[in-house]
Amino acid sequence: MSKKKAIIEKDHVVIKFSGDSGDGMQLTGTQFSETSALMGNTVSTFPDFPAEIRAPKGTVGGVSGFQLHIGQEEVNTPGDFADILVAMNPAALKANLRWIKNGGTIIVDKNSFTEKNLIKATWDKNPLTSGVLINYNLIQAPITSLTQVACEGLELNKKTVVRSKNMFALGMVYWLFHREMDFTENFIESKFKKKPLIVEANKRVLSAGYNYALNLQLTQSYRVNRAIIKKGTYRNINGNIATAWGLLAAAEKAGLQLFLGSYPITPATEILQEISVRKDLGAISFQAEDEIAGICTSIGAAFAGKFATTSTSGPGLALKSEAIGLAVITELPLVVVNVQRGGPSTGLPTKTEQSDLLQALYGRNGESPVVVVAASTPSNCFRYAYVAGKIALENMTPVILLTDGFLANGSRPWRIPKMSELPEITHHIVPDGTTDYEAYRRTGDTMIRKWAIPGTKGLEHRIGGLEKMAITGTVSYVPENHQVMSDERKQKIEDIKKQIPDQPINGKTEGDLLVVGWGGTFGHLVTAVNELREEGVELSFTHFNYIFPLPANTEEVFSNFKKILVCELNDGQFVKYIRSYFPQFNYVQYNKIQGLPFTVIELKENIKKNLEG
Amino acid sequence: MSEKTKYTFKDFKSDQEVRWCPGCGDIAIMSSIQKAMANMDIKKEDYAVISGIGCSSRFPYYMNTYGFHTIHGRAGAIASGVKTANPKLSVWQITGDGDALAIGGNHFIHEIRRNIDINVVLFNNQIYGLTKGQYSPTSEYGIKTKTSPYGSVEKPFNPGELVIGSSGTFFARGIDNNVRENQELFMEVEKHKGTSIVEILQNCVIYNDGVYSYVTNRKEKADRQLHLKHGEPMIFGKEKDKGLILEKGKLKVVKIGEEGIKKEDILIHDAKEQSPILHYQLSSLQYPEFPVILGVIRSIDAPTYEVAVHNQIAEIQELSNINTMDQLLNSGATWEVE
Repeated sequence: MSKKKAIIEKDHVVIKFSGDSGDGMQLTGTQFSETSALMGNTVSTFPDFPAEIRAPKGTVGGVSGFQLHIGQEEVNTPGDFADILVAMNPAALKANLRWIKNGGTIIVDKNSFTEKNLIKATWDKNPLTSGVLINYNLIQAPITSLTQVACEGLELNKKTVVRSKNMFALGMVYWLFHREMDFTENFIESKFKKKPLIVEANKRVLSAGYNYALNLQLTQSYRVNRAIIKKGTYRNINGNIATAWGLLAAAEKAGLQLFLGSYPITPATEILQEISVRKDLGAISFQAEDEIAGICTSIGAAFAGKFATTSTSGPGLALKSEAIGLAVITELPLVVVNVQRGGPSTGLPTKTEQSDLLQALYGRNGESPVVVVAASTPSNCFRYAYVAGKIALENMTPVILLTDGFLANGSRPWRIPKMSELPEITHHIVPDGTTDYEAYRRTGDTMIRKWAIPGTKGLEHRIGGLEKMAITGTVSYVPENHQVMSDERKQKIEDIKKQIPDQPINGKTEGDLLVVGWGGTFGHLVTAVNELREEGVELSFTHFNYIFPLPANTEEVFSNFKKILVCELNDGQFVKYIRSYFPQFNYVQYNKIQGLPFTVIELKENIKKNLEG
Repeated sequence: MSEKTKYTFKDFKSDQEVRWCPGCGDIAIMSSIQKAMANMDIKKEDYAVISGIGCSSRFPYYMNTYGFHTIHGRAGAIASGVKTANPKLSVWQITGDGDALAIGGNHFIHEIRRNIDINVVLFNNQIYGLTKGQYSPTSEYGIKTKTSPYGSVEKPFNPGELVIGSSGTFFARGIDNNVRENQELFMEVEKHKGTSIVEILQNCVIYNDGVYSYVTNRKEKADRQLHLKHGEPMIFGKEKDKGLILEKGKLKVVKIGEEGIKKEDILIHDAKEQSPILHYQLSSLQYPEFPVILGVIRSIDAPTYEVAVHNQIAEIQELSNINTMDQLLNSGATWEVE
């Protein structure tokens, strides 16, 4: 055994697992992040995979990666650059080399660097010997062959054995970070419950990887201490599951059955899948024949008195536009979840972007105001899905919830709330025994109509897409009435301002520069802002979750800054929107349309430039 | 129904003025639906009438029931949502040949495939009326309309073929003015559990007047309409002397007493036969070679979607140890931070 190397203490570390899309990298990354969370670290993850299910093996296009950032203090992003890269083949190395920190550690499966694989990955020369990796700490482990050695004596064919090589890599990284393996061992046992040989193989390979790294003392190992975080019960959750659970929680709180009409679409599908599992909570999931039927079944369910929701991504939102207009004019409660991805058209289905904002705000025929809210972290998708439900039910209106591919697939440890801590949700269902119902009579001094449900005696009425007479709800072509109804629909949404919190400011309430963001970019922006502050830069930051209507104090927040820098993963949609309300301020913008999240580094550079300029 | 309420058809009329053209077939169809509903032993508040867009889709506004006039082509999807949300409701979908078979074709075949218990009344006038006279997916080949001034070069759908081809469990056909017969038809439609499609041949007095006169005119109709009754022979004609037989797998019109044909040789209608082959053939028959087939062509029992959905929910709720949101939130891998 060689001499024991030092243990290095780190505040935070970024690790990327990368391989062929069939190599199990998503599973490997998830196991490492869950284990780290259980051991008390803060975690932020970002899976990055191709749109193709099985892209050509060994090619750069088929590389699937899982990046994770662990820390002993709050980590808000999956990290820009990796400290450690695990590359299971030459293509994975090729795809990720530019994302590794100078001096970082690269673990490769030496066995996979064959001439054939090097050609597939378009390496001219073998990078392990050509010198391109000279600035890195390169660890060449014969992962495939040692996986086979570990499984000797098991009655499994070679192909099956080799499939567990991801566990070897995971074992190595577990040693590197002094992780315990019992969480993953338990996971293996339950996942392959019916296949004891596979359980045995995976466990053997996992330990083999750990022992290989231990015995060879390959490199220095790291210690990332437990984070100091708020007391409570925690779990890891990704944005899609958090969204589904937020909708379920809103239904339970309101005392209504949840209905989700939806059609599978990347990256929103997991919401439909999760609600389909949740029959135990009484949820009805309707996998419709298309996006339009997804929302239309949901509108039917809303008419019938359910908490109705639909989930989709950009192209699907486009298909749902007409039906959203129907929910607007019939004033039915409805939540439309849009998990944004790169567009236009099919665009970049598995990549993230914020380019559906204007579609959500304006993408309908007629004067058709719809509430828009946006989640900003994977775990607060729960809160904003809940809020979307609350606003929809309490105001009899459709609400669009914007998340994105980054939030949907990224996961974070989350302090589990108690249902009793969540705000009440009321609804406007007309009780049995009421006799004087009129479909468009507004409640008190609000613009909210009452919700009479089929099956309730004496409340028979008709609604529909044609303009209706104020109060009575009969069809009306009276010109002045259309004005009245349009004004009422608008007023109803503007009144929601009174129900939402003021826009908070991170930092001083006045100054030279206000950094503005909205939705899924929060983690990167807050990290950039915090790091700049530590470097002595003075600036303030505000991040929007309530998009339409905007919080009541928005203008006041903006008015105390000389310059407002709006950062978005689109060509400037939010800045266009706020400029339309508050043209008097000095806006500058930073935009990126690459299907990727911001990096903290580019944000810092840009913010600094704007402070100087 | 525990507390029995007696209704008359007037209870189903709303206070809205009916704005269909004078003489429009829709008026008679509505009248027979209202009369049928009054006799169905269903509480008025339990009816939900859902429509899409088109002349016929104004229907819910004239009904004193819960009603929803939706968007073009989507009545099937919205009705599916209503029925799945609340299976206790009697859900009626009012649609036309454009609404159901053109813009809403996808929802139409999928509601049939799922066999959701919705009563679908398809007003087939073979024309777009509300947009003032363009050919529809059921317009005959060669028809001259505003958008086919030189004659349509599209082959029409036969709704019955589409329904049975989509594994439909119920298909019936009626004629707008046969109010009494249609009343019975609508009772059958309501009784059948599953997606029940009834095609009503409907005359548009403005844009396609007389399109069905070959089958409706008083003089000839007995010879050109065959009214099916389950368990009875397929006989028609003024003298009740014509009928259908199967010959080499194909239907054929024969005359009783000629060529040795006896009454016993005539096919007996079995609407409950699982095999769709004969039902498909019956729904395809066309004048002048054949009479137009009316009545319930197919009505078979099959599990319905909404019942299966709610049964599955009940079953899973029974089995799962997660029954509240708090339990879900705390399920799986969690850890305590002190």
